Amino acid sequence: MKLEMKDTPGQLVSVLGPISKCGGNIIAVIHQRDPESESDTLDVQIVLDLPAGRLPALIGQIKALGVDILRIGEERLLHKRSLIMIGHIMHTDISDTVDQIDRTGFAEVSELSLMMPAINERSSARITIKTANRIDMESAVSILREVAGRKELLVVEPLEEWT
Amino acid sequence: MRVALLGFGSVGQGVAKILGEKDLDLTLTAVADSKGGIIDPGGISIPEAFSRKAKSGTCGRPKLSALDIVNSDAYDILVEVTPTHIDDGEPALTHIRKALALHRHVVTSNKGPIALAHRELTDLARRQGVALRYEATVCGAIPIIHTLQHGLLGNEVKALFGVMNGTCNYILTRMEDEGLTYDQALGEAQEMGYAEKDPTYDVKGLDTALKLVILANTVWGMDAGLKDVKVTGIDLITPQAIQLAMDQETAIRLIGEAIPSKDLLRVSPRIIPRNHPLLVEGTLNALTVVTDLAGELTFIGKGAGSVETASAVIGDLLFIRERYAGRP
Repeated sequence: MKLEMKDTPGQLVSVLGPISKCGGNIIAVIHQRDPESESDTLDVQIVLDLPAGRLPALIGQIKALGVDILRIGEERLLHKRSLIMIGHIMHTDISDTVDQIDRTGFAEVSELSLMMPAINERSSARITIKTANRIDMESAVSILREVAGRKELLVVEPLEEWT
Repeated sequence: MRVALLGFGSVGQGVAKILGEKDLDLTLTAVADSKGGIIDPGGISIPEAFSRKAKSGTCGRPKLSALDIVNSDAYDILVEVTPTHIDDGEPALTHIRKALALHRHVVTSNKGPIALAHRELTDLARRQGVALRYEATVCGAIPIIHTLQHGLLGNEVKALFGVMNGTCNYILTRMEDEGLTYDQALGEAQEMGYAEKDPTYDVKGLDTALKLVILANTVWGMDAGLKDVKVTGIDLITPQAIQLAMDQETAIRLIGEAIPSKDLLRVSPRIIPRNHPLLVEGTLNALTVVTDLAGELTFIGKGAGSVETASAVIGDLLFIRERYAGRP
C-alpha cells in the first residue's frame, strides 16, 4: 500500500503499530524523500503480508491516525495447495464443499477442475486452496478432510516438503 | 556355518540358488517347504532339491516337517522365508521363537512375525545372545534396515517416507502412462505376476503399513502395530484423478510416512511433483530417510523379485557369519 503521511518524526512508526496488531508481517518499507519537494507530507510504500480478511480493519486504524492511503495493491494470498478429491462430488453438494473453505475468512478456493467420466460413476476434482500463511493452510486442509470424510470422498493430498 | 532354509518359494529358491552358486562359506544342511523337508548334515545337493520340487511338489520328503527341522541340531542359522500371514504371523512366528530359544540365529523375509512381535523377538534374541535379522522384510534389495541400524549410527532419524509396494507403484504408473482404469492396470499387474490373485493386501496399503511398522519399530524402538497406522489404499484412484495430477506436473503414488514428532504413521495415496526423488516408475521402491546429521537420503531399488530379495537374506547371513563364526 502507498501511504501519504505528515513529514514529522514518529509518524512512520505510528503506522507500523496497527500493522502488527492486525497480524501483519512487513516485507518492505520504501521511503523516498524528494529534496525538491516543499510539501509537508511524505509518500511511503509498505509491502506486507496480512492474514486474509484483516485489511478493512487495518485501513480503518491507519486512517484514524490521520494518514491517507493513496493506493492499495491487490490483496494476495501467498500460500497455494492443490488437492484431488475422488467420489460422488456433485451429488454431495460441491458448492457446499467449496463454501466450507470460503466461509472461513482465512482461506479460499481459487480453482476447481472437475472430471466426470459417466453418470453414476465417481468423479474426480482438483481443488486449489489459497491462504495467507501455512497455519491457515493446515486449518483449511483439515476442514476439507473433515467435510470429505463426512461426504465419503477420498482426498489425495500433496506430500509436503520436509522442513 | 550351517543354514536351514524354511520356505522354497520365490525367495527360498533365490537363496538356495545363490548358496549353490557362490562360495560363501555357508552350508545348506536342511530345507523344507509346506509339503516336506530334508536334513543332510553333509550339505544338501541344491540341484536335487530343485528337481524334487519340480517333480513331486516338495523340495524334501513328506515325512519331515519344517518344525522338525527347527527342533533339530542340524543348523546354526535359520532362514525363515515362508509366506507371510498377516493375522497371526504363523507358522513363521513359532519357527522363529523356537529357533531363538534354541540359541540359533534367525534371518527372515517374513513381515508377519516381525511386524506383530518385533519387541518380543528382538528381546528374546538379545537374551539368547543370537542375531535376528530381517533386511528382506522391507523394500527387497534396498539395504534399509542395515543402513538404519549401522550406516546411520550417531544420527537422529527424524522421518521416513517411501514408496514401499511395487504392485501399487506398477498399477499407478500404468494408469498414468496408458490412461488405464484401476481395474485394467490391476489385471495387467496380475498377468505379469506383479499382483496376487487376491490383491487386497497390496492395494489396500496393508503391505506398506506392515513395512512402515517394521521400520518405525526398528528406528525408534516403538511397539507399534498395524492398528496404529492410518491406512488408505489405491483401489479408489480414478484415471481422471491421475490426469488432474499430471496436468500440474505431478503424479499420484502410495506413500508410507512415519514422523514420530507428529505421532504420525500413515499410508495414503499422495500427490508428488514429477521431479521428486520418490517418484519412481514400475515396480521400483524408493525410501527417503531424514536425519539430523546426514540430511536427507533417498534409496531406490527393486522391492521384490526372487534374487533381489534373496540378496537381502544373503547379506544378513554373511553379516551373522562375520560376527559369530568361530565362536563357541
